[in-house]
Amino acid sequence: MDPVSALVTVTNFLLIPAFAYGSQLALGALGITLIYSILRFSHFAHGDVMAFGTMVVIFTTWGFQSIGITGGGILPTALLAIPVGIVVMIGYLLVADRLVYRFFRKVKAKPLTFVMASLGVMFITNGLTRLFIGTSERRFEDGERFVFSVRDFREWTGLAEGLALRSAQFITIITAVLVMVALFWFLTRTKSGKSMRAYSDNEDLALLSGINPERVVTMAWVIVASLVVIAGTLYGLDKGFRPINYFQLLLPMFAAAIVGGLGSPIGAVVGGYVVAFSEMGITFAWRRFFSHLLPDDMAPAGMVQLLPVDYKFAVTFAILVLVLVFRPTGIFRGKSI
Amino acid sequence: MTVNWRNVGLFGAMALVLVLVAALQSWQLALTILNMSLISAIMALGVNMQWGYAGLFNVGIMGFTAVGGLAVVLIGVPPVTEAWAVGGLGAILGVLLGIATIFGAMIVYQRMAPGRLRGAAIVAVVVVGWIVARYFFAPATQAIQAVNPASEGFLGGLGLPVILAWPVGALFAAAAAWMVGKVSLGLRSDYLAIATLGISEIIIAVLKHERWLARGVNNVTGIPRPVTRPVDLQPQPWVQELAARLGWTVSETAAILSALGYTALFAIVLGALIWLAEKALNSPWGRMMRAIRDNETAARAMGKNVTKRHLNIFILGSAVCGLAGAMMVSLDGQLTPVSYEPLRFTFLIWVMVIVGGSGNNWGSVLGAMAIWFLWVQAEPAGRAFMDFVTSWMHEDSGLRAHLLVQSAHTRLIIMGTALLLMLRFAPRGLIPER
Repeated sequence: MDPVSALVTVTNFLLIPAFAYGSQLALGALGITLIYSILRFSHFAHGDVMAFGTMVVIFTTWGFQSIGITGGGILPTALLAIPVGIVVMIGYLLVADRLVYRFFRKVKAKPLTFVMASLGVMFITNGLTRLFIGTSERRFEDGERFVFSVRDFREWTGLAEGLALRSAQFITIITAVLVMVALFWFLTRTKSGKSMRAYSDNEDLALLSGINPERVVTMAWVIVASLVVIAGTLYGLDKGFRPINYFQLLLPMFAAAIVGGLGSPIGAVVGGYVVAFSEMGITFAWRRFFSHLLPDDMAPAGMVQLLPVDYKFAVTFAILVLVLVFRPTGIFRGKSI
Repeated sequence: MTVNWRNVGLFGAMALVLVLVAALQSWQLALTILNMSLISAIMALGVNMQWGYAGLFNVGIMGFTAVGGLAVVLIGVPPVTEAWAVGGLGAILGVLLGIATIFGAMIVYQRMAPGRLRGAAIVAVVVVGWIVARYFFAPATQAIQAVNPASEGFLGGLGLPVILAWPVGALFAAAAAWMVGKVSLGLRSDYLAIATLGISEIIIAVLKHERWLARGVNNVTGIPRPVTRPVDLQPQPWVQELAARLGWTVSETAAILSALGYTALFAIVLGALIWLAEKALNSPWGRMMRAIRDNETAARAMGKNVTKRHLNIFILGSAVCGLAGAMMVSLDGQLTPVSYEPLRFTFLIWVMVIVGGSGNNWGSVLGAMAIWFLWVQAEPAGRAFMDFVTSWMHEDSGLRAHLLVQSAHTRLIIMGTALLLMLRFAPRGLIPER
């Protein structure tokens, strides 16, 4: 019987990784939910736009490293490259909006036409990403690898079980919280944020009050560009960059947005953590945890893993199905900002 | 009935392009393109039923084709008797118990009064069912995978004629579609899209992971084919005689004959499907479907059960995709789960439907042929283009080498551009709906 060790194991292998992954999903889902509430369509290019933004950050990182600008050996250089990525992505998304989506807005096309158009953008973005950086995995993490390592932790506490906090995970959690706070402050406290919420609630009423729709749409794309670059870079720092992985994030991100309630920013954040914790909790091997808690002769023989890791999509899907069946509007009754 | 010369002309142009490929490149290439475009046409037809007739947005085409491909393995491949002996019963019992658990939980949910007790009962059913199912399933699959793992290690199939697998593949896809549709139809249209995206990822994960079923990532190769293989055609005297008369090599002749066999089979299936689809579209049922698509509220006011009709058409369209998936696997003679990529198997089909003209069966067929042709030929074209663009760079420039290696991806950009241009300037497609 050793509850402390059990807790340490779970924190090390489940809670910290799931919290980091959940933060990445939440940032992604925030972008999806924002586009849904302002532009009113499901943005299928989100994963690939994220990959493209991360690619820009990676190239900038390499550029910075080659001219000797780094994070001082402590922070990853990629953090310095994020602003460049955001600027490029704002340009990219605004050009896409002007060339593609604006026309459909003007003719008041059906939502699914917008979705189709986002498929086209997805193809092009995906092609560009693969053309520029290829399909293989890239790691661009530098600086200090750990906030504290397993050995540090053992020295401090004298426990046999180890606990490590990787810098990428730490940075992810801190950045995500900061970004979310800033976004919620913007949406609830500033005039621009309020106009966005008004537009999302009732388009006609917002127009009557003199809100310029094109300006709201532009602001939405600017915020989305920042969110995708930050989320993508954090995910890449944490797990490495491969374009296909970003495409596959589409399902958990949409699931997070729907679980929380499409159009509800708080819902997107909560949904991100719900999806991440269930995905990792169900595919986690609980043997070490139980062997610490139970007496030795009752220690489990197997892995005590509910599902193999390959089936994490199945968990996401199951959550999605449960929400669709029991509460189709999501936890926070979505549809507006 | 008047002949629409414009459409005949478009198909004629497509045929001319294929003949040009045959003349300039090779007959084999032209037939390979033609066979795959016939399969793509069937997939596009299935998607067109969902999108064009009913306005349903399915982004899980990849999953439905893959599950159709699985049927070919389960029907056509001879059974591995040793594996059946060591674990066949346990594996199947485990799967059945897993399904029974889900149904058990559903029954508890329906029969018991809402409350804490019901929640606890559901959790108990799921946990106990799960443990019992695992108890039979895990050792059985381990044993199956241990049987001759280099070439077998799976249960094999029923060893029936492989052509039977085509309708079975359709049935499999229909079952998957029923599950998805039951949950997500009747809600907002985007939800169906996300749900289909999910189910297709799960189907691929199952195919990759469940090695006892179809060898997972180790692929099943050498699946029996419905058409005699070129290798078996070569020794035939009439083939050699034909080769001598045409002045081709024997191997080339045999390959072309075999491919022609597939072309004939696929053309028969496609023809039958188009005939059925056109009949359906022009029947009262087809008019009802279009009425529902164009104005759901009005259709509902007329007493139509919109959700049920949507479920019907969704299952029907997915079944057609499953059929096409089964045909594709029997054309390749192998099932390779890793090769299923959403861009190629889901989104490319969407480009075909939109470019061809949604709502028009002939449009989907033409779109499928044109886009598949572009997809195949855009790869060398992309390389040539990149070679030209980078020709000013130094011969051993790293950037040039990189761009040349990655140039195959330019076809994604071409596809995306084609889709966007069609949506913007010709949203009704090459052959618009009547």
